[in-house]
Amino acid sequence: MKAVEVNHLYKSYTGKRAVEDLSFSVDPGEILGLIGPNGAGKSSTIKIILDFMKPDSGEVKIFGQQMDEACKNQIGYLPEEKGLYKKLTAIDLILYFASLKGMDKSSAKEKADVLLRRTGMFESRKKKIKEMSKGMGQVIQFIVTIIHDPKLIIMDEPFSGMDPVNTELMKNIVSDLRDNGKTIILSTHQMNQVEEICDRVLMVNDGSEVLYGSIEEVKARFRQHSVQVNVEGEIGDLPGVIEKKLNKDFVELVLASDTRPQIILDRIREQGIDINRFEVKTPSLNEIFLKLAGADHE
Amino acid sequence: MNKTYLIFKHEFLLAIRRPGFIILSLIVPVMALLGIGIIKLVSSLSDAPANEITVIGYVDEVGIFDSQTTEGFDRLVPFSSMEGAGEALARQEISEFIIIPSDYTSSGVVKRYTLQKEPQTPPATEVYIKSFLTASLLKERVPAHIVSLILSPINLEVSRITEQGEIAIEKRNVGNIIIPALFSLLLSLALMFGATSLISGLGEEKESRLIEVLFSSVSIRQLLLGKILALGIAGLLQVLVWLISAPLILNLASSSFGGFMSSIQLPANFLILGVVYFVLGYLLFAVLSIGIGAISPSAREGSQLSMFYVMLGFVPLWFSSLLMAFPNSSIWVFLSIFPITAPVQTMLRLGVSDIPAWQILTSIGVLVISIVGGLFLSIKVFRMHMLMHGKRPGIAEIRLNLKNA
Repeated sequence: MKAVEVNHLYKSYTGKRAVEDLSFSVDPGEILGLIGPNGAGKSSTIKIILDFMKPDSGEVKIFGQQMDEACKNQIGYLPEEKGLYKKLTAIDLILYFASLKGMDKSSAKEKADVLLRRTGMFESRKKKIKEMSKGMGQVIQFIVTIIHDPKLIIMDEPFSGMDPVNTELMKNIVSDLRDNGKTIILSTHQMNQVEEICDRVLMVNDGSEVLYGSIEEVKARFRQHSVQVNVEGEIGDLPGVIEKKLNKDFVELVLASDTRPQIILDRIREQGIDINRFEVKTPSLNEIFLKLAGADHE
Repeated sequence: MNKTYLIFKHEFLLAIRRPGFIILSLIVPVMALLGIGIIKLVSSLSDAPANEITVIGYVDEVGIFDSQTTEGFDRLVPFSSMEGAGEALARQEISEFIIIPSDYTSSGVVKRYTLQKEPQTPPATEVYIKSFLTASLLKERVPAHIVSLILSPINLEVSRITEQGEIAIEKRNVGNIIIPALFSLLLSLALMFGATSLISGLGEEKESRLIEVLFSSVSIRQLLLGKILALGIAGLLQVLVWLISAPLILNLASSSFGGFMSSIQLPANFLILGVVYFVLGYLLFAVLSIGIGAISPSAREGSQLSMFYVMLGFVPLWFSSLLMAFPNSSIWVFLSIFPITAPVQTMLRLGVSDIPAWQILTSIGVLVISIVGGLFLSIKVFRMHMLMHGKRPGIAEIRLNLKNA
């Protein structure tokens, strides 16, 4: 049974199509990266999955059924903008939201202590949210999202504004959750994080799917037939190389379609040139994103 | 545990712990106590000690006022001339003196001289001097008991004739108006603070996107019901604090206040209608606040928009003096039925005149219909617009969304 199934989703706002014929699924124990440029329809998709709004047409199933009250207790949601009750202490806030997810007080307290210790926030548990830094508040909100041990976790830009230490900590926790069989949908603009922790990726643009599959499949699909080399000296003309692109630290050799990279390696060695680096070029997810989205995100 | 109850408990505790709530709950009894204390302090500082006799001199130029009389703690002493009286005043043998001029019986003017700077003659002194003059004028012409009757304040015993031509049991007096008027004012304040608290809370949750986290855990119905109940109970608690403290404070005051309290008779249906109209009034304001909170981009703008109906709720108080002067005008009937003004107007009218049963039933009926209809619309607007932030949707957009919902 799929954790999340989205079938032929359509949604429009006054004259503007936000989601157009979107279909995808997420398996249990998988992290799906949901990426796309601003206004692509990611947030609308998430809101429809969470039943914050109804689609114009299409269907969403969570663990094989329509969203209901019981389902909500199995979902953890971390929105992009992190808002909390400023006047509550961290522990009171966590326990309140845990109770709204159906946890009893003693279990929630026990779990909260574990998570607070793991994130280094135990000593600050009695501080009011307004007394905390933004990063600390985000950690607390992350705890609120997962305290009730949800089966499905949806996070929108979970690491934005976090320092590298906390980012690494959260990523480890997210990976652990996946390894424990949790399903995670991670919406972010940070492609390096998608590459690091996601299993599959769904890219949307103008409300439609433009990319969908595992990270390896996607990269392989966009792999250019070229190698990056760094050698001592000049590389002469090589049969099978149709283009040379000079870069600061390496030369990119674009190969003919019938030329394997191994052949080029042999030919360079036959020239007696010392090779410092020889690498088959694989595009980064960021490069793929830029290519598909058609925008220059610096 | 029931999620509506969890929301209710959280919101209720948040509400009653707010400094503003605590201050407002206590301010009425505290201000009342302060007021009574100040009045007593001022009275005790300015009045003569209770057992000290006040001596008032008088110069009778008419020639008929010749009594040296003592009444209670006041004593009148005759002087033959103004100079003599002035010297006695300077020596503080007397506290003041009056000159009854020769043309008093035609002019009615009496001149009073005192060392004190007063905005006006103390009422007790005025009454005493008046009694002295009247008694002297009527002496030997009118029997003493008739003089006493003339000098006593009029004692009007008022009875109301019902529509059936029978004498009503309760007696009407000023006390019957004060409690409904006070309750109406407190009701307006409670409704205003309930509405603004609801909008403020929703606005903050919307601005901080906390509303999304809440929606991922509870339904709209659970969230709104929990909030409405919590703020309603908190408001009721506040009103109860005021109502319970009022008679206790009044009984702490002087015996005249205590005696005054015993003369008050509330209309038989006052308490029941008070609770009914508080509940219905609060629900109506809550429903309006949900809709306003949903379409407002921020808590501040929501509070500003809410002032429209909150201020309307105060309209009956603005015209309360007209109500007392013209209690049977049809404008009050309209205001008793118009939903926003109905709770306060009806409670005010209860202290001034009888309200026909059909008007009360119509008023309550219209309120209930308004609440139900308003709730239906507000929840739709809330569901559509609560997650939108940053700009307020226009009327056309709201209507289109409602139509397509």
